Amino acid sequence: MAEKVLLKGNELLVEAAIEAGCRFFAGYPITPQNEVPETMSWRMPQAGGVFIQAESEIAAINMLFGASAAGARCMTSSSSPGISLKQEGISYITAAELPCLIVNMQRGGPGLGNIRAAQGDYFQAVKGGGHGDYRLIVLVPGTLPELYQLTMNAFDYADFYRNPVLILGDGILGQMAEPVELTPYEPILDLPPKDYVLDGCKGRPPRVVKTLYLHPTDSLVQHNLHLQEKYARIRRELNLYEEYETEDAELIVSAYGVPGRIAKGAVKMARREGIRAGLIRPLCVWPFPAAPFRKAAQTAGRFLVVEMSFGQYVEDVKLAIECRRPVAFLGKGGGWYPSQEEILEEIRRLSSKAQDPASVKGSV
Amino acid sequence: MDFHRPETLKDAPTHYCPGCGHGIVHRLVAEVIDELGIRQRTIGTAPVGCAVLLYDYFNCDIIECAHGRPPAVATGIKRMLPDRILFTYQGDGDLAAIGTAETIHAANRGENITVIFVNNAIYGMTGGQMAPTTMIGQWSTTTPDGRGQYAEGGPIKVCEMLSALDGVCYLERVSVSSPKDVMNARKAIKKAFENQIAEKGFSLVEVLSMCPTDWKLPPEKAMDFVNEKMKKVFPLGVYKDRSGGRHE
Ligand SMILES: Cc1ncc(C[n+]2csc(CCOP(=O)(O)OP(=O)(O)O)c2C)c(N)n1
Repeated sequence: MAEKVLLKGNELLVEAAIEAGCRFFAGYPITPQNEVPETMSWRMPQAGGVFIQAESEIAAINMLFGASAAGARCMTSSSSPGISLKQEGISYITAAELPCLIVNMQRGGPGLGNIRAAQGDYFQAVKGGGHGDYRLIVLVPGTLPELYQLTMNAFDYADFYRNPVLILGDGILGQMAEPVELTPYEPILDLPPKDYVLDGCKGRPPRVVKTLYLHPTDSLVQHNLHLQEKYARIRRELNLYEEYETEDAELIVSAYGVPGRIAKGAVKMARREGIRAGLIRPLCVWPFPAAPFRKAAQTAGRFLVVEMSFGQYVEDVKLAIECRRPVAFLGKGGGWYPSQEEILEEIRRLSSKAQDPASVKGSV
Repeated sequence: MDFHRPETLKDAPTHYCPGCGHGIVHRLVAEVIDELGIRQRTIGTAPVGCAVLLYDYFNCDIIECAHGRPPAVATGIKRMLPDRILFTYQGDGDLAAIGTAETIHAANRGENITVIFVNNAIYGMTGGQMAPTTMIGQWSTTTPDGRGQYAEGGPIKVCEMLSALDGVCYLERVSVSSPKDVMNARKAIKKAFENQIAEKGFSLVEVLSMCPTDWKLPPEKAMDFVNEKMKKVFPLGVYKDRSGGRHE
């Protein structure tokens, strides 16, 4: 049996990455993810890898650009303000189609904000952030066993699709501790050979990693179409979520990450009270797992979205069900999260209304 | 002088303006790579600037970086592949304005890479705006009355600045504005690569170079501009040489 350990999320992340063969880490300190570079600083050398405390998040992401081009499994981690600084580099890495893992243990914003957990970087993560038409694969673990497994999987997704993967966590996920079984890494995909690696042109023609497309004049259109094809394929193939008691639910609660876990507790309690509530908890938010939402919208009358922000993820839920059902929203930003009791209270309120068809008509 | 095309250069005409120094510096770097027999284990970084199309000319692996980030990118590659030879090729805007932090910290860490820094005292690619190395009084499209000491600050002297850092192995400022200067530049570039092969750490060669187009000068006058004006502000010479040993 695999070893069971009690580690903080930030430390567990390091173990998962190293187990999955990550051998390059560059990062810059920022709370609440400091345990990541601190743990990396001694674990990476133990594993024969490279740790660099970079001079900035900009430098860190560009070091990844190089390390990935050199063929390494590599990662960086930061929290909100630092992730903002990485956006230019992320755009270049997606354009050059290099694999890497980026972790954002989100904190309160905007600006310097605070160091409490938040989910205010959702738009930045899934709608863009950097310049140009690009996508990141965005994974959103809500528990530490999920963080461990998804971190290992992230390297496979990155290599398989030649695209950066972002783990969108939050300060709670990074700071909380849970017992986790350190299962050995097993590739979940049949990984292609890295035929783009720059390691000197011995025995082959020189290779180029670049993102400038000037000639012919439409070459950038072609490159974008190629990227779009890849993103369409990822949309078809990657669909990660947990469904809980959705079958007969009249109210679907949805949240991702740590609030997803809190919401699950609230749904359990609601069930005990005889309220037919269910939960959809995505494990990736790009691509967005629209299918379970669409299916649920056929039977459930209402939706409730819970978020540690003033309303970002909720927009994708509305899009997924094409606004066919009213979507209520319970959000807290600035570093605070809705408690299980608050969510339960909202479920109760909505479910009693759900009994009354008249109140359902006006869509939110 | 060898008039054959070095193997490290592709058989392709460059896009550089008449009298531009980039073509000369490309050739010197390529000749040195040939001479040291390292082409097949060399990886170069292209900057954002006039030399962005480096991979159209260099017959070795090349990675094109975001503006100013080549030292960080080269760090990532070199740390993963320590037995490969990494060079960055950067303009003054790339190295000493937007990328100042990456330059200073790669130098301070003593990254075992070779930096070729082409100082033409102007932003070539974007059409002649002020560079961090534009000289006091020098005209540019964003200093129409000449660069001022007080509003814009004086030119940044990269070799002088980096010479204060313990991590640096070798700094030399050369020029390509006369045949004699070109020969000296070649020697300095060779030494900067040899240092890396011998694992001696960070080496940077600053090359004073011509930009006739954005200086609004005919090519021969551009050479005079380097010889008469730039060399006064940016004196040629060795600014640091610890190539005797990394930790001496
Ligand atoms: C982030 C970013 N800012 C600005 C630019 C526009 N830009 C391209 S090249 C350049 C300056 C290049 O000057 P230098 O580095 O001196 O090289 P040269 O062209 O003179 O060889 C600028 C400002 C850019 N591409 N990216």
